Amino acid sequence: MQTAEPTAPTQTAITVRGFSSWYGSFQALRSLELEIPSQQITAFIGPSGCGKSTFLRWINRMNDTIPSARAEGTLDLHGEDLLSKSLDVVDLRRRVGMVFQKPNPFPKSIYDNVAFGPRLHKSYTRAELDELVEQSLRSASIWSEVKDRLHSSALGLSGGQQQRLCIARAIAVGPEVLLMDEPCSALDPKSTLAIEELIETLADRYTIVIVTHNMQQAARVSDQTAFFFEGRLVESGATETIWNKPKNKQTEDYITGRFG
Amino acid sequence: MAAVRSASTRLLANRAFLTLCLAATSIAMLVLAILLLAIFVQGWSGLSWDFLTGLPSRKADKAGVFVALMGSLWVCAICGLLALPLGVATAVFLEEFAQKTRFTRIVQTNIMNLAGVPSIVYGILGLTAFARMFGAFGTNVEDAISLGSEESLFFLRIPFGSSVLAGGLTLMLVILPVVIIATQEALRAVPGSLRAGAFALGATRWQTVWGITLPAAVPGIMTGAILAMSRAIGESAPLLVLGGALFVSGAPENLMSDFAVLPLQIYNWASRPQESFHAIAASAIILQLVVLFLFNGIAVFIRQKLQKPLQ
Repeated sequence: MQTAEPTAPTQTAITVRGFSSWYGSFQALRSLELEIPSQQITAFIGPSGCGKSTFLRWINRMNDTIPSARAEGTLDLHGEDLLSKSLDVVDLRRRVGMVFQKPNPFPKSIYDNVAFGPRLHKSYTRAELDELVEQSLRSASIWSEVKDRLHSSALGLSGGQQQRLCIARAIAVGPEVLLMDEPCSALDPKSTLAIEELIETLADRYTIVIVTHNMQQAARVSDQTAFFFEGRLVESGATETIWNKPKNKQTEDYITGRFG
Repeated sequence: MAAVRSASTRLLANRAFLTLCLAATSIAMLVLAILLLAIFVQGWSGLSWDFLTGLPSRKADKAGVFVALMGSLWVCAICGLLALPLGVATAVFLEEFAQKTRFTRIVQTNIMNLAGVPSIVYGILGLTAFARMFGAFGTNVEDAISLGSEESLFFLRIPFGSSVLAGGLTLMLVILPVVIIATQEALRAVPGSLRAGAFALGATRWQTVWGITLPAAVPGIMTGAILAMSRAIGESAPLLVLGGALFVSGAPENLMSDFAVLPLQIYNWASRPQESFHAIAASAIILQLVVLFLFNGIAVFIRQKLQKPLQ
């Protein structure tokens, strides 16, 4: 409850209106209403299976890989309809990066992991790419640990380092939004701390949406919190408000650990 | 209530099972050892440089294996060069691109079945489709359409007749299902999280396959492919049906040359009444085994080398 400073109202990055989604006949999300502010950290909390990861995966259309998934309603990024059939999902995913629950570095060198994304979208000279890789690794606070072994395998890194590498990889393609799906759940407390500090520094430049099961983490890092329960968005708002004066009984019970 | 089993009973059962497994393994090893021993005793003395480079002869002490060895290498090279790209591409399509529909399920089941079809059936198919081309161009070699001079490396003839090209194509049919299945398994072994990671960076399906999935699957694909090649080099039945000649005077010079292969040469020599030919058949078997071990060795080597960066 300490670090999340009260922030002035800012621009809205993602607008959600009457958003519902289904897997086949199972309704995973029910008429969500939410605004995700630009360059702030928004935390999604809620018990397992409440739909928060599903929603996250709609923002970069990763759900397209699941044939039975469909959605209705409004989901806009700076006014652009993200559910449109004609949307270029390849370009969307360049603008909306994602970090997964389990670190998933490619079985390539550290350098090639970071360079993989940029190379997909345009061709760079060697020098430009070197520069971009270094910048991305610096932004992800891992440069000093890997600068002497850029060309050795990324799989030799520790779990926490791998996750920061994955963040560097996501940053390298120059996204506006970073989606993080429980990025620390597979990590030890020390690595978790490192990632949390990193997330806070990244919020200066990126709009960050983080799904977490860790209440303390949500409280520590986020500016905004949205509480999901059984496919519904129960309550959302400034993290401080949610934590100190939740309007909803369910929210209060959940964050105080009485259920979930 | 289940009866309580004493520790000694369970220990006894454990030991009995262990003995059974050991016995089964020893029988297999013993058979292999006897086989190798018999062949080495018979054939070791016949192995020489002259045997390796010698042409076929009616006299056993002058006969060499050169023509058959070169024939085997030609046929296998053609087979591998065609089966690998085709098989890998098919597997990539089925695993990474195709929707799981009734059609792809039927294709999948068919490939599984094709892998179990006896190779002699492929020989008949090869004879009809490649050697004779369904008789569409007449049945005489004289009627064939020829491209280029017969001495040229690029000489082509339609239909192919009992040529190395027809042999290679037929063996390709034999190993194609094996290559496809091995590649599919290698692709399936690549964690989905890697694909998701690539998609999340804005990679297209093709970029994901080419940049991430295929490289990660290469060790598995290579192992499967080379094991399939070892099968191809040991095949005799389909080539016999195709009309792979038992008496050929020289090594293949182009794709339309007649050819002999090692297994057929071994068959030819072993089926003669003279003891001396049995001896050189054993020598040829040793050579065939060496080629096989070489192939398997390459497979292991590639696997080791390519898996290193993954660790």
